[in-house]
Amino acid sequence: MWGYVGRRLVLAIPTLLGASVIVFAMVHLAPGDPIAAVLPVDASKEQVELVKQVYGFDKPLPVQYLKWLARVSTGDLGKSIATRRAVILDVRDALTNSLVLALSSSLLAFALGIALGLLAAFWQGRWVDKAASAMAVIGVSVPHYWAGIILIIVFSVWLNWLPAMGAANDPGLREYLRHIALPTVALALIPLGVITRVVRSAALDVLNQEFVLALRAKGLVSRRVFTHVVKNAAPQILTVVGLQFGFQLGGSVLVEAVFSWPGTGYLLNLAIFQRDIPVLQGVILVLSTFFVLLNLAVDLLQTLVDPRIARH
Amino acid sequence: MAVTTALPRDLDAVVGAPMSYWRTVGWRLARDPATLVAGALLALIALSALLAPWLAPYDPNAGSIRLRLAPVGAPAHVLGTDEQGRDMLSRLLWGGRMTLVAGLTPVLVAFVVGTALGVLAGYVGGLTNTLVMRTMDIFYAFPAVLLAIAISGALGPGLPNTLISLSIVFVPRVVRVAESATVQVKSLEYVAAARASGAGLGAIVRHHLLANVLGPILVFSSTQVSLSIILAAGLSFLGLGVTPPAAEWGLMLNTLRQSIYVNALVPALPGLAIFITSMAFNLLSDGLRDAMEIRA
Repeated sequence: MWGYVGRRLVLAIPTLLGASVIVFAMVHLAPGDPIAAVLPVDASKEQVELVKQVYGFDKPLPVQYLKWLARVSTGDLGKSIATRRAVILDVRDALTNSLVLALSSSLLAFALGIALGLLAAFWQGRWVDKAASAMAVIGVSVPHYWAGIILIIVFSVWLNWLPAMGAANDPGLREYLRHIALPTVALALIPLGVITRVVRSAALDVLNQEFVLALRAKGLVSRRVFTHVVKNAAPQILTVVGLQFGFQLGGSVLVEAVFSWPGTGYLLNLAIFQRDIPVLQGVILVLSTFFVLLNLAVDLLQTLVDPRIARH
Repeated sequence: MAVTTALPRDLDAVVGAPMSYWRTVGWRLARDPATLVAGALLALIALSALLAPWLAPYDPNAGSIRLRLAPVGAPAHVLGTDEQGRDMLSRLLWGGRMTLVAGLTPVLVAFVVGTALGVLAGYVGGLTNTLVMRTMDIFYAFPAVLLAIAISGALGPGLPNTLISLSIVFVPRVVRVAESATVQVKSLEYVAAARASGAGLGAIVRHHLLANVLGPILVFSSTQVSLSIILAAGLSFLGLGVTPPAAEWGLMLNTLRQSIYVNALVPALPGLAIFITSMAFNLLSDGLRDAMEIRA
């Protein structure tokens, strides 16, 4: 098993490097001179020279990349064009807010999705199953940014129960929860659909195995059969849960834009609007690194839960 | 089935099976109510998008400041007007064109390019496989939304850039499915038999691999359409996709967002259109998967 763990760790390195190449390339993808992409329009001659020197644009691309990588790996993500602040500071604050939102929406989606999926599998073909299937299709089909707008219309405009946007300025828990409620629900829709679907089919797979029939034949009560099913479906459920959490972190961009939630998505949105390429690069690099490491953790955790995987 | 015509005579017996297989698939699809409803809905959406120039009662870009944000059911504007007084029905019809093009093209590109790359990597194996597959893995370092935004954010707004960035999102996914299906089929005995009896590489790929690999790839690609539509509209929603004043569902949702305090129903319409379209595609691909008996 440790051999497998080692191999997975080593395999993550080229993926991370590859991701960094893509992020590095973003400056060069931007139309026009790469210097123009990192400089304000009204930059003076000296500023242009300075940036050329700092970014090393006069050197060949591979050298530029290595220098950039060395700089970035020390945590120096450059400076924002718009605010002149170090990108790493903005990203750090935004990442905290995004993590909180990803966690709250994941918790909601996982709890509801696992419960719905299991219920649907146990009462296959009954109304619970049909409701769960409908929920699953709606969850994966709904544009979550639109769902966010609908939530605002209903709960902020019509009912006036919850604030429409932003995070609470005053640190009271009650206000904080009131602000995070709507984005949480909007962001939970997709994983709710995906998880319901996967949990249902994983549980059905286990239920159709002979040992379940044997357990029932031996007279085991439904409740005990249930624990056997959950145990056997756990690795598959764990995988989808882990992956979905990763998607939440990167996928919150649109929902954060709708609710002006001050996370990485909102920061990205601002950066796009101002064509602030260093911020764009910084946010995407940090998020993708997070995503790769999370997937790695899910993989390794899965081997712990289900040692059969490592033997392949 | 273009494949049938290209086949030599002695393989007719082999060809008979896939034909009846497709007939079975069609038979099953025609008897699944959810698929039929979804299919009819999609036909309606596609047709109304296609016929937008003739169906739309008004010029989608002509507004009147005096008629801003007319409610749904207003006289002369069945679905109301937007924040610039432009007729919503006309804009929704025209917008569907844009959204469908922006959503379907990337999946189509991914289907063609992904199948080619995946089958190549899967069949040739070795260094080619490692090279192709490891390159594709890199794109898996990003959640789909983030990758689309990263590339679009760097390239800047506009429909061509949206198509490029979304194609980059979907190609690696199709490559993975195509490669693993190819590797599976390649190891089957009848492929070895064909090789042993002297069939060339081209013949094996055309007659044996593609015929058996296209099904799973098609089903997988069909599951990606709804995501592609949501992402395409999402990029426009962020200001990275189609540029104003063009009518596009995501862009309409973005510009109408500020008006929910004045008129809540009209701003919800473009999103509803995205939702219905994406759900219809999902139901259709579910039906297709069941009918073709492919486990995704």
